[in-house]
Amino acid sequence: MKPKRKRLYLALFGLSALAAAAFLVVTALDESLLYFYTPTQLAERGVATGVNFRLGGIVEEESVAQDGATTQFVITDRQATITVSFDGMLPDLFREGQGVIAEGTLNAQGVFAAHEVLAKHDETYMPKEVADALKEQGVWQEAAPVTQP
Amino acid sequence: MADLHKFANPNRFVRIARAVLPWSNIVTALLLISGLYLALFNSPADYQHGQSVRIMYVHVPSAWMSMSIYSFLFVASLVALIWRHPLAHLAARAAAPIGAGFTLVTLVTGSLWGKPGWGTWWVWDARLTSVLVLFFLYLGHIALTHAHDNPERGAKAAAILAIVGFVNVPIIKYSVDWWNTLHQGASVIRADGPSIDGSMLTPLLLMSLAFTTYFVSVLLIRIQSEINARKIQALQLSQAAG
Repeated sequence: MKPKRKRLYLALFGLSALAAAAFLVVTALDESLLYFYTPTQLAERGVATGVNFRLGGIVEEESVAQDGATTQFVITDRQATITVSFDGMLPDLFREGQGVIAEGTLNAQGVFAAHEVLAKHDETYMPKEVADALKEQGVWQEAAPVTQP
Repeated sequence: MADLHKFANPNRFVRIARAVLPWSNIVTALLLISGLYLALFNSPADYQHGQSVRIMYVHVPSAWMSMSIYSFLFVASLVALIWRHPLAHLAARAAAPIGAGFTLVTLVTGSLWGKPGWGTWWVWDARLTSVLVLFFLYLGHIALTHAHDNPERGAKAAAILAIVGFVNVPIIKYSVDWWNTLHQGASVIRADGPSIDGSMLTPLLLMSLAFTTYFVSVLLIRIQSEINARKIQALQLSQAAG
């Protein structure tokens, strides 16, 4: 075999071994690479009270209630919901129907006490006029699902 | 590979590079001027981000460049190791710092956009972390090419790093689909067409083309200077020997 050919086969073999190794690592890390859990994933798994984790979903429409410095709202993934309470500054993009990620713990009442809230926006970009026109025509799709199943 | 070896002669490469360079410079300038004008002055504010959407016109093209330059590094390293093409190591060595620069721009502009958008400068989600790993891969490549007294051996070690590190590129691309991340999914390269308005897509694509031709220009200049450095080194060696 010519050395050039030999090096080519060696490289191809190395690359397939590498791809297989990467696939195994990524599959093994699957769960631990989740940045947040959705309410459905949480309901399936169950988390003990007092354990710190992140919860992500959409702020349910007409669920936001302000009580002094404390904000209460409901995070939903359109299948399961969890009530969140947070006392702190909300990000600018926080609003109803918007994606959001909260970090905190579940308390004994089943309420998620958040100590940080981040806005998770979707990948749609358009001028305000276009968004308004879409809403007017009734073809507006509010906040696409936050995660893939 | 007979075709590739036509470019193996460094003098021939320098001739071609000198012919291409003025054109890639002019095209870069024109694309950059029109792209920046549209991006900064003549495109709408976003319905949810407002004016801060303009960061996207630098952030997204830089991110694309950081991944395509790494893919270039991967191909150049394979060609160097398998076919021993004399220019391939030089091309990889010339491309790595440009890629590192684009990755740094991606990280910095992303951080600046993350604060008003998400409410945080940085999170350790799969997308942001894998891009940070890409930056370290570039730095490792640059370090390895300079680590050996014998440049041949340094180039070989760096090529192996570039090939192994390539697994990170599909991970970056699909991180937002495979795992829950704070970073949103793809807006342009997706199965059901771009989810970005045409008035914003045009400046975005112009800026990407501008960054690509900029890369071509800088790469040609850097390879030429690598060739010159080798020539000077050879001259010095022959003088010292003679």
